[in-house]
Amino acid sequence: MRQLGAALYKEWLLQSRALAQLLAVLVFGATALLLFSFAVGPNYELLRAVAPGFLWLALLLSSTLTLAESFQAEMEHRALEGQLLLPASPWALYYAKALANWLQLTLLGVALVPLMVALYDARLSRPLALLGVIALGSAGLSAPGTLYAVMTHQARSRQTLLPLLLFPLVVPVLIAAVKATSLLMLGDPMEQIGSWALLLATFDAIHWSLCGLLFGRVVEE
Amino acid sequence: MAPSVLAGRPSGPGAGYALLAFGAVLLAVGSYIGLFVAPSESFMGDVYRIMYVHVPTAWNALLAFTFGFGSAVAFLLKGDFKWDARHEAAVEMGVVLAGLLCCQGAIWARPTWGVWWDWDPRLTTTAVMFFAFIGILALRRFVEDPVKRATWSAVATIIAYVDVPIVYFSVRWWNSLHQMQSSPETVSAPFLIPLRTNAFGILFLMAGLITLRTRIARLRLSQEMAPPLPEAAR
Repeated sequence: MRQLGAALYKEWLLQSRALAQLLAVLVFGATALLLFSFAVGPNYELLRAVAPGFLWLALLLSSTLTLAESFQAEMEHRALEGQLLLPASPWALYYAKALANWLQLTLLGVALVPLMVALYDARLSRPLALLGVIALGSAGLSAPGTLYAVMTHQARSRQTLLPLLLFPLVVPVLIAAVKATSLLMLGDPMEQIGSWALLLATFDAIHWSLCGLLFGRVVEE
Repeated sequence: MAPSVLAGRPSGPGAGYALLAFGAVLLAVGSYIGLFVAPSESFMGDVYRIMYVHVPTAWNALLAFTFGFGSAVAFLLKGDFKWDARHEAAVEMGVVLAGLLCCQGAIWARPTWGVWWDWDPRLTTTAVMFFAFIGILALRRFVEDPVKRATWSAVATIIAYVDVPIVYFSVRWWNSLHQMQSSPETVSAPFLIPLRTNAFGILFLMAGLITLRTRIARLRLSQEMAPPLPEAAR
């Protein structure tokens, strides 16, 4: 636990010194939201219907940028190897990094919501529940994304490889998050939101535990 | 456990070719019965006959990925590179079968459902599985170090394999059109014989191809991991 605390403090220092990167990713996500609307045209009814899907696509595309760069500092001067030789537990390093990525993606998702409301005329009836869905969905992206980021960072063509590995894997997150967001925005007469949130939570539980278990094997080589 | 055992020299390709030949004969017999002997189906007519390769392809694709998953776990536990070679062969075979499965499904869906593709749980799960494992094959191509390549692709295979049931359930909740699975009780004997013959035919073909591909992977590995020749011998 002390190691996790120290690793989290390290992540806090790294993130607080890289605010420009977070801002650049936010601008990327906002640009994606703007561009998606051109695919549909100025039909507000249609835009409202597809807004949840576009929000999650923008977040998914932005996530590859934050995740791909998340091990940049650790790879410079072989800092990750140095930390493992301390010896810092790979478990603590993984969970600290995944938590930092999760927080970053959740903030990004929350920041994109007002833009979505403005651009697509989306209705925001239950903001707290939407925050919960964004948090659950971001957790589903960050757990496998952090594990794949450490692999692809050391491989050739990492910018291509990370989405190639991550996108098919997070299909359940995308489906459940888009459905849950749609229900929150367009109405939920059958009270289905709970089952989609449960699917997201199940995915998160499996991937957070499995990826944490396997991270040690990935970095020990 | 760190990978410690180097890939030993594999045996000759005889067993692989024998499995391949036996599988080809079974597939030919099963397909002949399916195309010319089995009766037409009352609702779909002759279109249904693609099921004699489609259903066995689906079973064997899942089997190939399951073997790939087992090999990945075995590699991580034992560190023996022969499991890495098997893992590579099985995932490649699974990707080929999943690709064939999507094509056969589309050919069947067009006259039956009126569309080439439908967002049904089994179709979508197969497509997701296809792309997820293609990603793993790409990862293997982009990592030079054999130890890292074997470990990382094994980890990615475990995660992708565990993900498959979640993908299936998520898509099933999302939309469903594909008919429920048939069981021997709901399929009459004239339909069952070619189905089973082809299932075993494709199984032996797959086993033969995996055996031969494993052999190639092991030969490549032993070359990759061989110590460099001393100056005098060059």
